[in-house]
Amino acid sequence: MSDGWFLPLLLHIGESLLLIVALLIYIAYILYADRKVWAAVQLRRGPNVVGPWGLLQSFADMLKFVLKEPIIPSGANKGVFLLAPMVTGVLAISAWAVIPISQGWAIANLNVGILYIFAISSLSVYGIIMAGWASNSKYPFLAALRSAAQMVSYEVSIGFVIVTVLLCAGSLNLTDIVNAQNTRFGLLGWYWLPLFPMFIIFFISALAETNRAPFDLVEAESELVAGFMVEYSATPYMLFMLGEYVAIITMCSLTTILFLGGWLSPIPFAPFTWVPGVLWFILKATLVFFMIALVRAVVPRYRYDQLMRLGWKVFLPISLVSVVVVAGVLELTGWGNLPG
Amino acid sequence: MTSGDAFFYLFSAVAVASGFMVISSRNPVHSVLFLILAFVNAAGLFILLGAEFLAMILIVVYVGAVAVLFLFVVMMLDVDFNELKHGFLQYLPLGAVVGGIVLLELIVVVGGWTIAPAELRVSAAPVSSSVSNTMALGEILYTQYLYFFQIAGLVLLTAMIGSIVLTLRHKVSIRRQSISEQNRRNPHESVQLQKVPSRMGL
Repeated sequence: MSDGWFLPLLLHIGESLLLIVALLIYIAYILYADRKVWAAVQLRRGPNVVGPWGLLQSFADMLKFVLKEPIIPSGANKGVFLLAPMVTGVLAISAWAVIPISQGWAIANLNVGILYIFAISSLSVYGIIMAGWASNSKYPFLAALRSAAQMVSYEVSIGFVIVTVLLCAGSLNLTDIVNAQNTRFGLLGWYWLPLFPMFIIFFISALAETNRAPFDLVEAESELVAGFMVEYSATPYMLFMLGEYVAIITMCSLTTILFLGGWLSPIPFAPFTWVPGVLWFILKATLVFFMIALVRAVVPRYRYDQLMRLGWKVFLPISLVSVVVVAGVLELTGWGNLPG
Repeated sequence: MTSGDAFFYLFSAVAVASGFMVISSRNPVHSVLFLILAFVNAAGLFILLGAEFLAMILIVVYVGAVAVLFLFVVMMLDVDFNELKHGFLQYLPLGAVVGGIVLLELIVVVGGWTIAPAELRVSAAPVSSSVSNTMALGEILYTQYLYFFQIAGLVLLTAMIGSIVLTLRHKVSIRRQSISEQNRRNPHESVQLQKVPSRMGL
């Protein structure tokens, strides 16, 4: 304890626990909102029994999952089978270490924050592959193969979209990226407007990356039962669901940070700038999630070849060209914050 | 012992242990998973050295892309691994020779550090600490070593085109889907409304 690292470590652990608890409560209501939106589109009521207006539904579901018996198939590779949901859950939550919810509100303000998130999201494919393989059954394995191919292909275009944002912001630090969008134009100065095509591509790729509808071929119930999760039950299953939803919220927050000005107020003068940044951040992330929920309710599932075509033949060329175009425009006009 | 030392020993111990498990575990899929663990720990070591960009790239490229393909090949190939295990001792001398050469080279490099530190100072001039290491790498890669970078890119491009040419087979008999043609169809061309008189048929 010569360099006094014990106290800061304790502080970090406390901060992380606080963030995780807040995140999980947020996830519980995001799940509820997801079901309510879906129900509203289909003229149903959605969950409305547990608690007032069904507000405690997610907690009841959680209790149910925890109290059930986890069943491990006899043919399964036990260690990997149980490791897979843990990998999914831990990776999904660990991405939140670098996300700045407000000015200076990040557990770790990394220099390479965006790369860290990119790395974590590229790791999350392992949870699915391990689950698919360890289940020792054909549907999970097919789903795992599909999912890995899907995530690897959409990661490429997400990478290029992120590069265009980085070119404009001149930094890989998430806090700096948000601050680079702090102009006197408010809402109109955020990157969604100058990089509008990229914003759309990022949104759609985020759907594919998190295996959300209309790209949820991994768990296409009409052909693969429940995909890689067929053999899972109880708590391991809940960890998969949790990991999936945390990953979706991470993507919503990333969209907010990269394109919607993070915690900045949309209208850059007095009464609106007094509102705490956290509120703006949560509002924006929830708005993005609302769009994702609507997409799930109204868009039919893609066919696998269409999905691959969209990723490799449409998004990849567009994002590649736009990296060149954005770099060229920045170089010629001297806009952006590139150092040197 | 500082916290940095503690993490160094943690990462390196796990990296060495998982490296050993890669060659000794019975199940090939477990081997690949241990290889991934070794990669992640190497990334941790990079972070301790202050090379956070390299650490992240290591994870994105090796763990996120290369090891996924490894895992696929190992999962899908139907290889009798017990048979392969018999060859283990047979190839041991060759492996030992390669390992020995690598060890020797490492000793030469690290030894040079202590014997002639002045020689190294020229080539490894430290970048000023105000520049983040992403920027420093970019500066060196895209200015000083631009041509080498381009040549490396060309080599990779050639390899990619080569592998596509080797595996691409165009069959003439297959009916292919033409997306643009499908999108160009409209109801006027593809649907025909006919009034069918009763008891007459078309």
